[in-house]
Amino acid sequence: MLSKTDRDYGTPPRTSTKPVTLEIDGREVTAPAGTSVLRAAALADVAIPKLCATDSLEPFGSCRLCLVEVEGRNGYPASCTTPVESGMKVRTKSETLERLRRGVMELYMSDHPPDRAACAGNGNCELHAMADAVGLGEMRYGLEGKNHLAAARDVSNPYFAFDPARCIVCSRCVRACEEVQGTFALTIDGRGFDSVVSPSQHQPFFESECVSCGACVQACPTDALVEKSMLEKGVAERSVTTTCGYCGVGCSFKAEVKGDEVVRMLPNKDGMPNHGHSCVKGRFAWGYATHPDRVLEPMVREKTSDAWRTVSWDEAIGYAAKRLREIQSKYGLGAIGGITSSRCTNEETYLVQKMVRAAFGNNNVDTCARVCHSPTGYGLKTTLGTSAGTQDFDSVLKADVILVIGCNPTDGHPVFASLMKRRLRQGAKLIVADPRTIDLVRTPHIEAAYHLPLLPGTNVALINAFAHVALSEGLAREDFVRERCEWPAYELWKTFILEKRNSPEAAAAVTGVPAENIRAAARLYASAGNAVIYYGLGVTEHSQGSTMVLGMANLAMATGNLGREGVGVNPLRGQNNVQGSCDMGSFPHELPGYRHLSDAAMRGGFEAAWGVKLDPEPGLRIPNMFDAALDGSFRGLYVQGEDIAQSDPNTHHVTAALGAMECIIVQDIFFNETAKYAHVFLPGSSFLEKDGTFTNSERRISRVRKVLPPLAGKADWEVTCELSTALGYPMHYAHPSAIMDEIARLTPSFAGVNYDKLDRLGSVQWPCNDKAPEGTPVMHVGQFVRGKGRFVVTEYIPTDEKVGPRFPLILTTGRILSQYNVGTQTRRTANIAWHHEDVLEIHPHDAEERGVRDGAWVKIGSRAGETTMRAQVTERVPPGIVYTTFHHQSSGTNVVTTENSDWATNCPEYKVTAVQVMPAAGPGVGRAAGQGADSHAVAGR
Amino acid sequence: MDIHHLVTMANQIADFFKSSNPNRAEAVAATAAHLRSFWDPRMRREIVAHLAADGGGGLNEIARDAVRTLEGENSTKAAG
Repeated sequence: MLSKTDRDYGTPPRTSTKPVTLEIDGREVTAPAGTSVLRAAALADVAIPKLCATDSLEPFGSCRLCLVEVEGRNGYPASCTTPVESGMKVRTKSETLERLRRGVMELYMSDHPPDRAACAGNGNCELHAMADAVGLGEMRYGLEGKNHLAAARDVSNPYFAFDPARCIVCSRCVRACEEVQGTFALTIDGRGFDSVVSPSQHQPFFESECVSCGACVQACPTDALVEKSMLEKGVAERSVTTTCGYCGVGCSFKAEVKGDEVVRMLPNKDGMPNHGHSCVKGRFAWGYATHPDRVLEPMVREKTSDAWRTVSWDEAIGYAAKRLREIQSKYGLGAIGGITSSRCTNEETYLVQKMVRAAFGNNNVDTCARVCHSPTGYGLKTTLGTSAGTQDFDSVLKADVILVIGCNPTDGHPVFASLMKRRLRQGAKLIVADPRTIDLVRTPHIEAAYHLPLLPGTNVALINAFAHVALSEGLAREDFVRERCEWPAYELWKTFILEKRNSPEAAAAVTGVPAENIRAAARLYASAGNAVIYYGLGVTEHSQGSTMVLGMANLAMATGNLGREGVGVNPLRGQNNVQGSCDMGSFPHELPGYRHLSDAAMRGGFEAAWGVKLDPEPGLRIPNMFDAALDGSFRGLYVQGEDIAQSDPNTHHVTAALGAMECIIVQDIFFNETAKYAHVFLPGSSFLEKDGTFTNSERRISRVRKVLPPLAGKADWEVTCELSTALGYPMHYAHPSAIMDEIARLTPSFAGVNYDKLDRLGSVQWPCNDKAPEGTPVMHVGQFVRGKGRFVVTEYIPTDEKVGPRFPLILTTGRILSQYNVGTQTRRTANIAWHHEDVLEIHPHDAEERGVRDGAWVKIGSRAGETTMRAQVTERVPPGIVYTTFHHQSSGTNVVTTENSDWATNCPEYKVTAVQVMPAAGPGVGRAAGQGADSHAVAGR
Repeated sequence: MDIHHLVTMANQIADFFKSSNPNRAEAVAATAAHLRSFWDPRMRREIVAHLAADGGGGLNEIARDAVRTLEGENSTKAAG
């Protein structure tokens, strides 16, 4: 259970359906054609010594340890590079083989540090294990000759060290960087004895192109590449399989623990989202969980001008309940609400929405998905029938054309990006629609067939033009539409799409993308065979976010790209449990399973189960809560695991609303920006401190397992139960598994989900019920969830946010690889070494016009506010567009963004803000001027 | 709540349904249905009150007619 010592079959599996039967050591073995002899032997429990081979990488044949004898053949072929053949007779053991292997190992060990005890420190050294396996005793050569033992270590990377003295130059790290991660940052430099692993051009790891995904560390069979945490803390005592708390890929990890301390996080080979891969955040940036900034005691205060008072859990919860009830008695039932967190578990979000509906007595519950993927829910439910992506991640390996629009997977969803890049290296074509030249446009061994750098806010015009090309050039799959979709709605949509105003030529004038490029890209998509769309917040965070989701579903239906592997419409969710928080009924208009409150029969089921009458009317969404707070009808808020003061747009508007409320209860692991406006602070628990489940972007429900006890004494779900009980609506669950059992009883798409099944299968993708007892990797096979797919006319309606003389540039925002959202977690890790401040990307033309130099401070102003940050002059953004991230509270990017929002869902239009950029003397406006850092004053401290 | 913001939101919704429905009555009905489905009753009450007070200044035609259909519904009658 401790790591990469998990069973390794030596080479990857082959998918051939043709069986081949051979004989290995006298035993008959059958394996798919193309399988290596090494793997076939391993499948038959015959272990052949190996070093350069591992089943996550293609065979390489360099170490000469896996030699075998094959009857009728001369020599001793490497079993890793020798495919099985029918009738082949293989011997893996003989005196000659043993002698040869000992000789190989003797040479390796003669240039390896002799301190075996130290080398075994990480419990992970295959070299010594193989020395034992081949029976190597004394070495004849000694260590006196020429060797690498004095080679200097590279400790430049914050998380791992490279010791050339321990390297056997097996190339596993180089191949992992290429095959698994797809970055190609490593190479073997030099020849023969001088061969050495080299990051980029002889650079230290930190300064090279390495993205610190950890694939090389994972692949290394010795201690040459090893986690610094392992060197510092020693060997783990136990391992717990759990799910990453960062992005919506939801990687499975094995948390290795010593005492109550995490030693390292190892990506789980059996994890379906990641297949043993990882990124710099999940693999290494978990130290925030025990950061000294963690707030571990509940606090209360009467007014926000008072100092905090540390109190017991009982007092804090009692105080919170009392103040919420006082507000309701004064201003009405609807004067309070709650916000669930997409970082918390399904069970926790379910409980928060249950508490709001049952204990608060209203439906004023919303989730941070409101500000990211709420248009996905509206658009995909309207057209296809359910609010979720259509495919599993592995489906991308069957795609012929991949359309990436409004997402930046190498930064936002890096482990899935690696899978996508693998498919692209195999020959799939790529279309990138993004204002910026994101890394995928041109990266080692990958170049987009088309990069469409459209103006922010013009997605709908582009997708309509794609459909226009498909329909006008006879590329639509009307046979599919006739069978699977509502034909009258299709005809209406078709008439609309074929109008000249939706042609590529018309779209060119709006999007800024040449018509011939739109036409060519559309033809590529529509004639692909298997074409798939992946999208992110560059689609949803617009005033027409929902329209664009509808438009993408229209296009996929019209071209028959739904309902099988390799196709589909797939949102890449930003946070770990965005999908789950939406599934669990966090939106104010619907109960778990995306069922509208107005459905009396369905609502009655919840009323019977919960023992309370439910309000059939929708509640306030997050932006509506702010507006209602400012008009005095909304006075109290419970916020779990979300920093709305930093993450929501138009900070001045948000903070004014927070300041107008009479009681804000913040539950978080850190004292965040929102907590500055709070009256009760309840310590939260990190993903390492509780049991539960997360649901990733592919609808995969995976277990979160408690690795450490909650630092503040309670898991988040326990706190919600106690608050609800204090409000007079008792909630008691023995374990989160009981909460999931309740969810399953009340939610048809989760009916077959339980912890026993998750333990047995590892994970399941909803719908999971009687029809699909082990889950549903690909949705809409044979029939859409809503029955017939529904086309919707998607008129391009420009945003109200216009550039002009006062604000001539468009600001768009996003995130980068090393940081995560508002940075609450990643800023408290060594990831800060890669990104210690937000910077403004600006094109050289725009910079020169304004006298802005690279690295200089600039002021960014919009109609909502002003802030300052340093400029990065780059052609990554086109003229007229500037870009920044929102990871640092010091820059307060959302001071500038506006309250414009999606017409259907109120998802904010983060991606389009008209701004002016001017040189500034230094920092000092925006958030930095008004508010302090992440600290809090406590009375008596 | 800020009535100008509510008017803007209602107009956005109406613009979408006007463009996506073949006739006016369907556009009005779809807009009203969206307001019922996704707007908290206090938001609906305020936009209905705005219509009653000054004829719904700022509302476009589809939005105005949609809001009119909400008048008299229980959820838009009394404060609560």
